Amino acid sequence: MTYLRHVLDHLRKDLRLEWRSRDSINGMLFFALLVVVIFGLAFDPTSYPTTTRQIAGGILWVALLFASITALNQTWTRELRNQVLEAQRMAPSPPSALFLGKVIANMLFVLAVEAVLAPVFIVFFNLHVLGNVWLLALILPFGTWALVVNGTFFAALGLRARNRELLLPLLLLPISLPALLAMVQATTGVLTAELDLIQINTWIKQLAGYDIIFTTIGILLFETVLNAE
Amino acid sequence: MEQRTPTLRNVAWLWFGIAIAVLVVGFRQAIFLTPADAAQGDIGRVFYYHVPIAMLSLLFPYINFAASLAYLFWRNRDPLKALTADALALASAEVAVVYSSICLVTGMIWGRVAWNIWWTWDARLTSMLILWLLYVSYLMLRRFSSTGQSQTLAAVLGIFAAVDVPIVYMSIRWWRTQHPAPVFGGGANSGMDKSMLPAFFWNLAGWALWGVLILLFRFALERRRQLADQEAALQAIEASLEIPQ
Repeated sequence: MTYLRHVLDHLRKDLRLEWRSRDSINGMLFFALLVVVIFGLAFDPTSYPTTTRQIAGGILWVALLFASITALNQTWTRELRNQVLEAQRMAPSPPSALFLGKVIANMLFVLAVEAVLAPVFIVFFNLHVLGNVWLLALILPFGTWALVVNGTFFAALGLRARNRELLLPLLLLPISLPALLAMVQATTGVLTAELDLIQINTWIKQLAGYDIIFTTIGILLFETVLNAE
Repeated sequence: MEQRTPTLRNVAWLWFGIAIAVLVVGFRQAIFLTPADAAQGDIGRVFYYHVPIAMLSLLFPYINFAASLAYLFWRNRDPLKALTADALALASAEVAVVYSSICLVTGMIWGRVAWNIWWTWDARLTSMLILWLLYVSYLMLRRFSSTGQSQTLAAVLGIFAAVDVPIVYMSIRWWRTQHPAPVFGGGANSGMDKSMLPAFFWNLAGWALWGVLILLFRFALERRRQLADQEAALQAIEASLEIPQ
């Protein structure tokens, strides 16, 4: 119970910090929007509706992935100011609570971005979804969690490295490839209605399994990373 | 491992000689003695290099995983043992990258002739590529992170990568079994003629010996670097203790 309270305290702190500046949500949103616009210019989505449906899932996730990397790079640097991170390390609360709070906060930020981006995306790409749209309400959170849990972990891992902004995508992308494959396949399956429900379900299950496995390793190893000196 | 004893050097030279001899026998078997593949012709001989190296390149990540776990276990209990484990982890990651690169390149040479394309997003090709990417990112992390903590961070990433490898393997298999690949590579073990076995096993043995040799060589090199670092740190401390007259 106390563990849950620690997680909630960290979450509240992160939400308040973000509410005061709104830097990462605004940045992510504008960045994702720009990626969508660039792909729109490159492919002319309105003239080729079938092709658009086939590639839209990939484009949406690429936009979200790059946008969340820009925000994740900042997520621990704000803890470096005034030696806040050193204070966190000395605090008696378990380090994984700090990690979980941060992951949940980042998850909420990216979900907020998705809530704004998805309608814009559908309008710009003239998308007419053929499958069951409500499945996306399952795929998006699972996929986002997969990106955010590993992203937050590796952002902490590369925090004291030289050129950490470059290091985060270099570490995050190879590890996330199976999750990216699952979320892109499931999203495309819903958009085109080419996959049947059982196949989409298997992708969602894989995504959920990936989430569980990497959340567990992240919680177990976070203390090591935080105190890696 | 780190002292330059003559016995150790002799063993290393002996090992080197045996590895070269076995590789020469394997080369003779694969190129001259074994009849050309009935279906593929001479390009089928790439198989004797590609498959043993592919099998071995799946072995070195396990060494890296075990060494990373050992490093994290000994990190606060016995730092000197932990450093040894770290040297082994680094060496095995480098050998894994080398072997999977060779596996990818030989596979591409074969694919160019047999399939007429250099690359296809087939299950095995994709998972080997991701394996390569994972261990390249491991080496990148070791380059970029600051010296004091690079071993710990690398060990953590080694564990992440090792957990990721089976997931990659399963998810990609699943991905490609629902879309049959356009050009399907003949399975390695879908029956091997008896005349091909000696070439295969000589090369497997030769490349295994060679891989262990470069692994241990790199390990010894890294150990010497660590000891030199320790020596330099010790001298720096001693120099700082001397009171200027």
